[in-house]
Amino acid sequence: MKKKKCIAMLLAGGQGTRLYALTSSVAKPAVSFGAKYRIIDFPLSNCTNSGIDTVGVLTQYQPLILNEYVGNGEPWDLDRTYGGVHTLPPYQAKTGGEWYKGTANAIYQNLHFLDEYDSEHVLILSGDHIYKMDYSKMLQEHIAHKADCTIAVIDVPIAEASRFGILDFDARSHRIKSFEEKPKQPKSNHASMGIYIFKKDVLVKELIADENDPASSNDFGKNIIPKMIGAGCGMYAYLFDGYWKDVGTVTSLWEANMDMLGENPLINLNDTAFKIYSRNLALPPSYIGTSGKVVNSIMTAGCEIYGKVVNSVLGEGVVVEKGAEIYDSVIMRGTRIRKDTVIRYGMVDENCDIGNGCIIGDETSDKYKIALVGRGNTLEPGSVVAPGQIIEQEGNK
Amino acid sequence: MKVVGVVFSNIHDRGVRELTVNRTLASVPFGGRYRLIDFVLSNMVNSGITKVGVITKQNYQSLMDHVGSGKYWDLSRKNGGLMVLPPFGAAAGSTLYSSRFEALCNIVQFLRRSDEDYVVLSDCDIICNIDFSDVVQKHIDNHCDITLVYRRQEYGGGYDRIAVETDKSGRVTSMTPADKLTGERKMNTNMYVINREFLLKLIENAAELNLKSFSHDVLMRGVKEYRIYGYEHKGYFALIDSVASYYKYSLELLDKEKRDELFYNNGASIYTKVRDSAPMRIEDTARVSDSLIADGCVIEGDVTGSILFRGVRVSKGAVVKNSILFQNTTICTGSRLNCVIADKGVKILEGRELSGHPTHPYTIAKNTVI
Repeated sequence: MKKKKCIAMLLAGGQGTRLYALTSSVAKPAVSFGAKYRIIDFPLSNCTNSGIDTVGVLTQYQPLILNEYVGNGEPWDLDRTYGGVHTLPPYQAKTGGEWYKGTANAIYQNLHFLDEYDSEHVLILSGDHIYKMDYSKMLQEHIAHKADCTIAVIDVPIAEASRFGILDFDARSHRIKSFEEKPKQPKSNHASMGIYIFKKDVLVKELIADENDPASSNDFGKNIIPKMIGAGCGMYAYLFDGYWKDVGTVTSLWEANMDMLGENPLINLNDTAFKIYSRNLALPPSYIGTSGKVVNSIMTAGCEIYGKVVNSVLGEGVVVEKGAEIYDSVIMRGTRIRKDTVIRYGMVDENCDIGNGCIIGDETSDKYKIALVGRGNTLEPGSVVAPGQIIEQEGNK
Repeated sequence: MKVVGVVFSNIHDRGVRELTVNRTLASVPFGGRYRLIDFVLSNMVNSGITKVGVITKQNYQSLMDHVGSGKYWDLSRKNGGLMVLPPFGAAAGSTLYSSRFEALCNIVQFLRRSDEDYVVLSDCDIICNIDFSDVVQKHIDNHCDITLVYRRQEYGGGYDRIAVETDKSGRVTSMTPADKLTGERKMNTNMYVINREFLLKLIENAAELNLKSFSHDVLMRGVKEYRIYGYEHKGYFALIDSVASYYKYSLELLDKEKRDELFYNNGASIYTKVRDSAPMRIEDTARVSDSLIADGCVIEGDVTGSILFRGVRVSKGAVVKNSILFQNTTICTGSRLNCVIADKGVKILEGRELSGHPTHPYTIAKNTVI
């Protein structure tokens, strides 16, 4: 088999605790997004669009829905005879077995996967960002710099910089001088996007050294990257200036959904040269009835709209009955909103049944006080969900 | 019970000539995201058939593009799966079949190589939900040579579909070319179950038996000789035999009951090629009512009583009524459409007014700019 230039390892095992009810029973990368997608569609489609056809998906937390969704990788054209997508859960071995302790440890436990393909470079991705990026350009720079490691960097508002890993690099050579994980006083606004390309041999060496260091928390951002910079490795920044959004919180996930609205949405999904792929259900087109009114919203197949939908994002097969009104909200696939229910600044997860005349959120709601209804909930008629209130998933209450 | 499916993709092309200039009837778009063949293939797959041959004759590029390897219908299989059967050109001058029976003779190798006991035949002009496994079971129970699926239908006015009569047991007793018949009759739908060995015998002895036409020579002449039974189909049914019927049955899908009957009869189980378009977007200025809108559409104008396929753009101030717009149609500002069928890639420039009538919808050919 022809050796691969670069394979990708996608870290998809995190719980995403700050998404609360949305991740009670699914891993964060499997959370619905933008009407017809799940978060993981973005990194997987980016890989395909960048010519990377081998992706290891490292799963740990609530992997069932994620595994089923990724399947054989066909929707992303990742059902390759050599390569393709592989889910890599923690496993038992002769010497015992353990959960993934951190991002670096997760890759460490799958060194045999890296050896199997023995590519020249390894791309490390995380499954909690919405963005379109051609990794092949980053790989090109990485190779041109003969870098040991290249880190994708985006400029963020300085006020938010302390939420990210902040880099300082030489403006001309892009060589990285320092890296601080979530600094209290950030020196710059160059944030790490959590996207790394390593020379495979360097990565293997660093992972083994990290594993043998009992003081390490086995994390790329906290341990591997700072240590490599300290040791004078060839570390370079790759500057990215497109749309990129961390969707690790309810507010940011809501914001990212809203970014898809408007005449010129921040992320262009209509670009046929760089499509975002997803696993589609066999549903007919959406129907908007005579009593339906839809303003500045997006939706996908199988919806039936008889009520009012304003500034909202509706997933596959969502039904909005007559008299129901939905404002500034995200309704995920398979959910039914019954008569006269009013939703403001709400996020309703998949397969919910919201009874007649419910009130979810109110005029005092805003993006920091999203009313959240977890997957599979049935709300009795007349139920009230206050702004910021979270209705846990059935069975997880 | 092993069954192989055979689909005729071209047979009724002439009925909807306006939409089959560049494609087979099988690949005529329908219902906002489907092609007519999707309904036949989905019925077969949902009936447990995992091997389907699609007979083509001409203009079948769009069909090949649509069905591909068959994976969207779960027909990309190690054993069987989907096979496109283009005209077989071994003997000079005999490449293009002119009847259903000749088409079957052309695929004799495919039929010989199959090891299934039964063959299900279907055309692409009918949209319905049918469980072929039930038809096959009845076929076996009745020890039939051929089972044909019929539909009770009002006749009158140049309807060229064969009418059948059956006795109490369901055995077909007579078949009449129906152009002069009136009243409710049992209409042959051209969906059949046939024993494969029996079909092969007919094909191999065609010259001897003087068989040329399936309906005249096999069915009508064979009504006494062979065991031919009828199977009544009930439930959603649409026969696309003209642009008018195409238009009528398309817009009928705006009725929720019809939609539920066709698309959700057995869960959501009509499969089609996946194109990964972005979600559809309805802007501030849009007014959309009583319409089906597919992914990838961007609506800024007024849309009422219409079906919009993937990637249609309706600009500000444009008005679309009672129309069917195929993939990637663009309607510019201020244009007004009523009773229009726009084929793929049509562009209606600013301020145009186009109108047809429900029995004679105004049909615009592919990639036309008006």
